[in-house]
Amino acid sequence: MSTVETPRSPYARTKPSGTNWEKWGWMYMRASGVVLVVLIFGHLFVNMVAGEGVRGIDFAFVAGKWASPFWQVWDLLMLWLALIHGANGMRTIINDYSSSPALGKVLRFAVFASAAVLIVLGTLVIFTFDPCPSVSPEQFDLLPSFCPPQ
Amino acid sequence: MSAVTAPRSEKKPRPGGTLYRGYTGMWSWVLHRITGVAIFFFLLVHILDTALVRVSPEAYNAIMSSYKTPLMGLGEIALVGAIVFHALNGLRIILVDFWSKGVKYQRAMFWVVLGLWVVLMAGFLPRQIINIVLEVNGQ
Ligand code: HEM
Ligand code: HEM
Repeated sequence: MSTVETPRSPYARTKPSGTNWEKWGWMYMRASGVVLVVLIFGHLFVNMVAGEGVRGIDFAFVAGKWASPFWQVWDLLMLWLALIHGANGMRTIINDYSSSPALGKVLRFAVFASAAVLIVLGTLVIFTFDPCPSVSPEQFDLLPSFCPPQ
Repeated sequence: MSAVTAPRSEKKPRPGGTLYRGYTGMWSWVLHRITGVAIFFFLLVHILDTALVRVSPEAYNAIMSSYKTPLMGLGEIALVGAIVFHALNGLRIILVDFWSKGVKYQRAMFWVVLGLWVVLMAGFLPRQIINIVLEVNGQ
């Protein structure tokens, strides 16, 4: 039998130590959400409503946008904010429903790994994009009109 | 001191209706969850299809032409509907959390979300429906 030293003392919460990640995740969901409304609504308006809408999207359309640093930064922010927001939201949902800790671990790893891979891929795509790549002659008319003749 | 008044009851009061259980509070949460997951999976695919601009103009235009078929056109309506709801309801969640009157007006704000959703979708649908019709006619 163990003796309780001070049986009447109230339960003391151990003082939380270190960063409260759960709180910062909660803050991030809200802060990124406010910025994402602007970025995504702008993205959808320019791509889906203005001009011809989705029928106007092709390589030349993307080249026209990414020739400007404005849309490069826009898409870069949208890429990072949305994927981290989405992955953290998926983590919440996995924590709510996964039946075993091991399954939760596997699912959380899958979500964050795919988000990380796509953040790297999307960032590389934006920064290595060439609006006027050298192409075979039959593809030349797919390039934007501002490309010099090849 | 302000007295605690009884919460405004729904038309047919049943036990259990709180901010998150039953009624609009729960359904907005369910919809927010489902739309969040749907957008996440769309985004994974969307970054892969956009990455084809680095393969060749031909490859990118080929994947984009599959986004222009009538069936995908309907899918895009569902996607835009989901993201518009998630965005507007997300702002409502933020107001519930940070605005001193947020909890009091959470239900009213839900109807505002639905109203704005209808307005924004009405702004998007004409362009999209014209495009779907043009595709169906092969134009
Ligand atoms: C059906 C609706 C959509 C269409 C037709 C579309 C189209 C496009 C196009 C043409 C690009 C190339 C660059 C540009 O135009 O800025 C792009 C990039 C991008 N889109 Fe969308 N988009 C749609 C919905 C969305 C949504 C809902 C999100 C956010 C959740 C999103 C996030 C992104 C991101 C992050 C990039 C940059 C990708 C990268 O860095 O490689 N898009 N989209
Ligand atoms: C358009 C602007 C957006 C706003 C204003 C917004 C806002 C929010 C807010 C406030 C939450 C609640 C977090 C919590 O309860 O702690 C949330 C959850 C979530 N969001 Fe977003 N979000 C946006 C875009 C996105 C995008 C682009 C994705 C996907 C890539 C996404 C996926 C999710 C997921 C999966 C959750 C978790 C849902 C849950 O726990 O039930 N959201 N969002």
